[in-house]
This record gives sequence, structure tokens and C-alpha cells, in this order.
Amino acid sequence: MTAIRKKSAGASKSDLVYRLVAVGAAAVVLILMAGLMLELTVNSWPSIRKFGVGFLGSTSWNPVTEEFGALSSIFGTLVSTAIAMIIAVPLSLLIALFLVELAPPAISRPVGYAIELLAAVPSIIFGMWGLFVFAPFMADHVQPVLRDRLGFLPLFDGPPMGIGMLTAGIILALMVLPFITAVVRDVFRMVPPVVKEASYGMGSTTWEVTRRVTVKYGFSGLLGAVFLGLGRAVGETMAVTFVIGNSHDVSSSLFAAGNSIASTLANEFTEASEPVYLSSLIELGLVLFVMTLLIQIAAQLWIRRVAQKAGGGL
Amino acid sequence: MKKEIKRFAVALVLAMVFALACGEQTPSQAKGDGEARDVEETREAITLNGAGATFPYPIYSQWAHTYHKVTGTKLNYQSIGSGGGIAQIKAKTVDFGASDAPLKPPYLDGIGLIQFPMIIGGVVPVVNIEGIEPGALKLTKDLLADIFLGKIKKWNDKRIKDTNPELKLPDREIAVVHRADGSGTTWIFTNYLDKISAEWHEKIGTAKAVEWPTGMGGKGNAGVAAYVQRVKGAIGYVEFAYALQNKMAHVKLLNTAGHFVEPTIETFQAAAAGADWINAEGFYIVLTDQPGEKSWPITGASFILMYKDQEKADIAKAALDFFDWCYEHGSEKAEELHYVPMPKEVADIVRKLWTDELRSSGNSIWK
Repeated sequence: MTAIRKKSAGASKSDLVYRLVAVGAAAVVLILMAGLMLELTVNSWPSIRKFGVGFLGSTSWNPVTEEFGALSSIFGTLVSTAIAMIIAVPLSLLIALFLVELAPPAISRPVGYAIELLAAVPSIIFGMWGLFVFAPFMADHVQPVLRDRLGFLPLFDGPPMGIGMLTAGIILALMVLPFITAVVRDVFRMVPPVVKEASYGMGSTTWEVTRRVTVKYGFSGLLGAVFLGLGRAVGETMAVTFVIGNSHDVSSSLFAAGNSIASTLANEFTEASEPVYLSSLIELGLVLFVMTLLIQIAAQLWIRRVAQKAGGGL
Repeated sequence: MKKEIKRFAVALVLAMVFALACGEQTPSQAKGDGEARDVEETREAITLNGAGATFPYPIYSQWAHTYHKVTGTKLNYQSIGSGGGIAQIKAKTVDFGASDAPLKPPYLDGIGLIQFPMIIGGVVPVVNIEGIEPGALKLTKDLLADIFLGKIKKWNDKRIKDTNPELKLPDREIAVVHRADGSGTTWIFTNYLDKISAEWHEKIGTAKAVEWPTGMGGKGNAGVAAYVQRVKGAIGYVEFAYALQNKMAHVKLLNTAGHFVEPTIETFQAAAAGADWINAEGFYIVLTDQPGEKSWPITGASFILMYKDQEKADIAKAALDFFDWCYEHGSEKAEELHYVPMPKEVADIVRKLWTDELRSSGNSIWK
């Protein structure tokens, strides 16, 4: 009797320790987030006080007169990310569907490994490859064609230099592609075969099963994958810095050089010696932080709503 | 129960014996350590810490390597950029800072710093145009300024053709490449444009980073070199050594004396020779747009920053010894790496500055 009681007392004690440690570990995340936010805000205070809300809407970036604005960086971040998502999302969806629905294991397994390997390539490699191989290819073969065919659109106007927003967007797409594909593939795999078989049993074609069952069933997981890729694209630094062209301009042409928040920070942080300059860069970091946060919140809300409405399985 | 107590007692006794033994040993050991340290100090001497400009890093590290072999003094130089160098010396985390852009005398006095030039180099415009060999394209002051202002948009512009009648220039857009990061190189280059173009002076000015009217930015000299080599129709500016290493097509520039000059060590030297080092207050010397038939117009010096009032006399003395050695014995290595060593006369003025200005608790460090 006593032995048992002792034992259970010991167990509840170890339970308590376990609980405290776990809560502490979880709290670290929150404290880290709050600390980051606080530190960024405090250090960007000189810039916030000097430029106010106008910081977000101004395109000037003049270290000489110390006039700074975030618009060109925000614009560049959003545009390069948008290009990346427009290319990467449909492509990874197709790849994932192929791997799950169509390919025999002899193909889907090696392709699956290849995609996982691609996800492990460091971003600087993408950047160097982008600068030395892909940008000249864009300049010689892709951009001239786009300009000749679609040059009437302001999007594809301007000298084909190879370096710029479009190239940065495509490199980003290649970088987030494996992430989205890998998650989407797993999501599609988790659709219970019995549901699909039931649909086939009712005479659906493969396309109908894919569209009506697989995609619908895993839709919230699919959204999650997309937002995972989006989060990565927004903050990607080195690869973008290599190919985006690093100019503080807002241009309607996708061929023109631009900059993203992350690339500006990577370029200018070391040499920013004046307090307002440094503080403006930190405020850019704050803007990126808030942007990522908003994206994640939006993602969570959307996924929840989709899950409630459509009643998907995941 | 009894057994456990016994075991505990044995362990306790053992621990006490061990502690006593160690305690006895400690004084003699410490003595031994002290002796060893004394010997090492005389033998191995001091480690100097410096940080700053990236442009002179190759030569500083070469000098430091050789100097370490000769004297045993170690130099730890972090090439974090001129701005970083200034920040580090202000924070007093390094023994000296290094900057490609000279600091204005009032600014120096405000912090209690002196600056002196260590090495001279040139900034070279480089181009990537089909069929244009290195040194073939000639640019006047107006042309250079208007290209970087974005006013001349094509290589076959009439004004470029008029200056270069013998060249076949293609119908291609000019892609301007500048530095994306803050840089002493940019400071020297924009300082030149500032001097030669009223419009540049009014709209943009001189700085380590400016609001560029046109073009795209590469990170570091290497980044600009990479962009220029890969973008057809590009023009950028890099340190001379980078242009040579990458076999890039440099441009001939029209200097103030009215001659088109090539960037070479001789033309950099010519620009440096014309400067009035003696009368320049606080060595605030800018070598751009210097007079002289052979002067390369975009030349600049790289500077060392030190506190006038040094806390540790031995470290300051060691640093000065190193710089003195560089002036005295560093010329050959410098020229190997395509830098221009400081002329003898300038080195003498610098030494005088050390004697006059550097103090440690009231005593002069350099005699």
C-alpha cells in the first residue's frame, strides 16, 4: 500500500516537473516573439518619429539627405513574392498530383527524393546559379521574346538585362516549389483511398476524382502548404539579393531592377553608420516582421474558415 | 544502511585528501605559470585589432602576414566596411579603424581621433559592350556624369560617338551598375561626379551610399564586377585591382589637364603627387580630379583612424611600429597587388603627426 502511494506521489511530482519544463519551453517562443517585436520597435523609434506613417508610403531612399521610405522595398517584396507564388503554386500542385495520382512508385519515389533534396539546397546556391547562369539566359532568350510578343504591356517593357524583378520572382518560385510540393504531396496522400474508390465506383474519371475529391478533401492542408511557401518567399534574402538588382525604384516593368526588404537589409546594414539610416533599416525589419505576422494570421483565419465551410478531411 | 555511511565517509576522506593535495600544488603551479607568461610576453608580443574598409584589406592582410613573421606582432583586421570601421573605433572595440572616405577635421576633433593615409588606389569605370576592348572607350567628364545621371540612354548616342569616332558602338541600352552597399569606393566615385557635374552636385552629392538616379546595385566590388560582366551594355565602377583580376574593359577618362588617361599605378601616383599633403588639415585630402597631365581623375586614399589619447601606450606604439614598417618596407607588396604606396614625403608628415598628436597619459608615444 505505502509503496504504491509513494510511487504515485513520485509520479505526480515528475509530472509537475515535466509540465513546468514544457510550459517553460513554450513560453520561450512567446517571450522571444515579444522581445523581438519590442527590440525592433525601440531601435526603429528614431526613424518612426522622424518619418511617421509616411515611411510606408515614400519611395525616397537617400542616405545623403537622410530621407528614407519603405515603399520601394515593400513593393519589391510583394511583387517578387507574387511572381513566385503565381508560378510555384500551380506547378507544385501539378507535380504533387502527378506523384500521388498518376505516377507508378518506380517514378514517384525518385522524383519525391529529388524534390526533398531540392528543398535542402542552400539559398546562396540558388543566388549564384541565378546570377551566373539563369540571368544571362533570361537576358538572351526569355526577356527579348517576352518584349517582342508582350512589349505593349508595361510589364514587359524595358531593356532585357536579365537581372531584375522577374528573374528574382522565378528564382524564388524555384526555391519555394519543393516546399509546397512536398507538403501538398503528403496532404494528397492522406486522402483515404476509400473515399477516392467510392468516387471511382460511381463512375468518375481520374480528373473528376482529383478535382472533386482529392483537392477538395485536402484543401485546407493545401492552403497551409501555400502559406508555408509564401512565408519563405517573403523573407528570402541571399538569392534575391543576387538577382533583383538592388535599386530603390518602383517600376511598372518586371524587367527593371528593384529591391526587397530582406535584400536591402543584407546590402546596407554593415555600412549604415548614421543613426537615422540604421534606424530606418531596423524599421524595414519591423515592417517585414509585421508583414510575416499578418500573413500567418490571415492564413490561420482562412484555413479555419475553409475547414469549417467545406468540411474537408484534414 | 551502515554500509552506505561507510562508503560516504570513505568518499569524503578521499575528496578532502585530493583537495588538500591540489591546494598544496596550486601556489607552485601559479608561480610556474607566471614565469611562463613573462617569457611569452617578451617573445610573442602583442595582437593588434583593427576594423574597417574592405578595399585595402588584401594589402593589409599581406603586410600583417609578413610583419608577423618578422616581428611576432599579430594583426587581426576585420574588413567590415568603412562605416563599420568608424563605428568600431567610436565604440573603442578596436585599436584602429580604417576608412576609404576621409573624415572631416571637425568630426575627427569631436571624437578625439586622428586620421592618416595608408595606401592609394584608383576607381575605374568598366564596361561590357560587344566589340569594345579594354581602354578603347573614351569618356569625357560630361559623358561620364550624364551616363550615371541616366541622361544618356544608349551606347550609340551621338555624343559618345563624337568622342569615339573610331569605335563601332552598338544600338544598345546603357545599364548603369553601382554599389548596393555603402562603400568607400562609392564615396570616391560620387565625389568625382560631384566635382565635375553641377547637376550631380545639386541632386545627388557625395556619400558612401547615394540615391542613384538610375541603374542597379551589386553587393561589393565583386557584385558590381559580376553584374557588369553578365549584363550586356553595362557600365559600372570598381577598384582597379578588381578590373584587372576580372580582365574587364576599363574606360579612358579625360582628366582636368585635358588628356585621356589609362588607369595605371603611374597615373594614380601622378594624382597623389599633386596633392598638398602638408597643408591639408587633418589629412582631409581627396585625390579626385587632381591637376597634372598624367593624373587619373578618380584616385583615392584609404585612411587609418586612431585616438589621440591612447589608454595603452604599448599597444599604440606597436600599431605605429606596424604602420611605420608598412611605409618603409611595404611598397613592393603594395605594387604587386596594384595599390600605390604612400610617397616618402607623405610618410614623413604622418610620422610628425604621430609625434605631435598621439599621447598616452600625457606622454608622446612616437619619438
